[in-house]
Amino acid sequence: MGLGTLVVILVITGAVSLAVGARALSPAEVWHGLFGGPDADQRLTEIRLIVRTVRVPRTVLAIVAGIALGVGGALIQGYTRNPIADTGLLGVNSGASFAVVTVIAVFGLANPFQYVWFAFLGAAVAGVVVFGLASIGRGAGNPLTLALAGQGITVFLAAMTTAVSLSDKAALNALRFWNAGSPAGVGFDVIWPVSAFIAAGLVLALITLPALNLLNLGDDVARALGVNIALSRTIGIAAITLLAGAATAACGPIAFLGLMVAHVARYLTGPDYRWLVPYAGLLGAIVLLLCDIVGRLVVRPGELDAGVLVALLGAPFFAVLVWRGKFKSV
Amino acid sequence: MNGTEVKPSVAPGVRLGHVSFVWRPWVALITLLLVAATFLVFCLSIGVGDFPIGLPRVAATIFGRGERVDEFVIMDLRMPRALAGLVVGVALGVSGAITQSIARNPLASPDILGITGGAGAVAVFLVTVSGGAATAVVDAVGLSAAALAGGLGTGLLVYFLAWRRGLDGFRLILIGISVSAVMEAITTWLLASADIRDVARAQAWLIGSLDDRSWEEVRVALWCSLVLLAVVTCVAFQFKPMQLGDDVAAGLGVRYTMVRAVLLLCAVLLAGVAVSAAGPVPFVALVAPQVAMRMARCPTPPMVASGMVGALLLIGADLVARTALPVDLPVGVVTAAIGGPFLVYLLVRANRG
Repeated sequence: MGLGTLVVILVITGAVSLAVGARALSPAEVWHGLFGGPDADQRLTEIRLIVRTVRVPRTVLAIVAGIALGVGGALIQGYTRNPIADTGLLGVNSGASFAVVTVIAVFGLANPFQYVWFAFLGAAVAGVVVFGLASIGRGAGNPLTLALAGQGITVFLAAMTTAVSLSDKAALNALRFWNAGSPAGVGFDVIWPVSAFIAAGLVLALITLPALNLLNLGDDVARALGVNIALSRTIGIAAITLLAGAATAACGPIAFLGLMVAHVARYLTGPDYRWLVPYAGLLGAIVLLLCDIVGRLVVRPGELDAGVLVALLGAPFFAVLVWRGKFKSV
Repeated sequence: MNGTEVKPSVAPGVRLGHVSFVWRPWVALITLLLVAATFLVFCLSIGVGDFPIGLPRVAATIFGRGERVDEFVIMDLRMPRALAGLVVGVALGVSGAITQSIARNPLASPDILGITGGAGAVAVFLVTVSGGAATAVVDAVGLSAAALAGGLGTGLLVYFLAWRRGLDGFRLILIGISVSAVMEAITTWLLASADIRDVARAQAWLIGSLDDRSWEEVRVALWCSLVLLAVVTCVAFQFKPMQLGDDVAAGLGVRYTMVRAVLLLCAVLLAGVAVSAAGPVPFVALVAPQVAMRMARCPTPPMVASGMVGALLLIGADLVARTALPVDLPVGVVTAAIGGPFLVYLLVRANRG
């Protein structure tokens, strides 16, 4: 499967995402909603409103967050050289969750728009702390130390999150919806800044891809070939923190997506990260968008969160591929 | 060669009949210290309470030489809780050491074998979906037993799904992660769609607790884990060569498929015992082997030391939760709050050399 095919699939899925929902729209109606001017007709005005304020933001966010989580998943597996590393490993998800319950418990914020930035802050701080701890001293940024330090901080933050949510019912209530993870219900006032962070993360990611390939030959080989190991690791971890942190802040934690698409991408492209990472990004966007669409259809009139569906739909498919021996370790 | 003889750094081997092992004084010393520390904290945990009992009296009572009053308080009231902590800690530590050794991955833990996810999903389902069959099940067998059945079912499902002409470590953890992801997604969904009062109850169960343990529950967990640990001990001697790779192990005469299958089954069942006695206490199985490995300076997680670190963590956390903290927190929270930073501390210290 080529990159072009994936882009075409993504565009088609995006178009379907604009049309499908509580009120199904025809292609002509979607077109009008996107590009039509103000109308006297009540029905067309309504359609325009639905498309522009509901469908477009959630479609854009699903694509942006999907790319971020896919790329982040491929990078974290590369930098920790661990095939079961997920985007949450650097403490990003648990940092965001902790920030969310804390601001709700302490400041009593109730509106998700208010805690998006706290979530991002929590994710970023957790990422920086993990990387800082893993870079102290001799074994600076050694993949194993990084993975375990991330795990230790994640464990600690998860415990704190539970402690706060057990003592504050409002925080627990917000946490359970936040945990489900969904690109729905966020406006462009959040999406633009989040996309800017993700774009910055993508640029950093692309810069380090050649070095990441060499790092996977082992530190000694990479150093002999002229890679500045500390620098490229720092850039790589910064990229992962930006990508996963921004996506998590906007959608809530979406587990398993990054891990899954990184393995599928590795199966499609082989171990070269210059190919693997773009594939993982596109696959991430397609999977998240598809799950979001399916979530609108299965439990009508309600919705099932995309984060839940990623695991429910993706995991069995992934398990079949695993069983057939399609995947290789990092 | 200029006359200086390089001393080989190979540790001496010890042979006793069919059994042979490598004598590493440091590992033995650390393990002994850990056992002693565990016993100390165990006694301390029993002694502390509304009716404080000194350590010597606790120790005397445990060995059957105590007074009648002490005997009642210690053996009838406090022993089940402390013993539950010990059994759960050891079971999780050993289970984690097995999983991480077989997967050859420090991020692996029995959590990804499906036990925790399966038990959690079943428990949350029974708590949040009230009425009809769910209530009947809880009334008939109890929440913990039903959750345990769910956890073991999921664990065995992972085990059989991963089986394809033998058991491969990498395939096992990827399958385990997928099945666990499904279970966690179901849990998340149930929590998001349930009544908030049920959510609080479910959340409390999910984090694990040692409160209100009865002798009956603890006795079953104790015997099950003793049997499983005996099996692990018998097989573990064949396990060392396997860490050199399947080919080397086969060359040394180890039936690695069988050994791996038995050990993993033991890991699944040990994690199940822990869930039955305390609920899904998170992170102990992940942290304990890594901490033990660094303390004992071993290249792979040492079994006995991992079990002891697990027990120390759990009993210690329970002690801290009961005495030092102003708010009443379940042991799972305190375990994670202590275990996570301690692992990070060990990493940082190792880096500084």
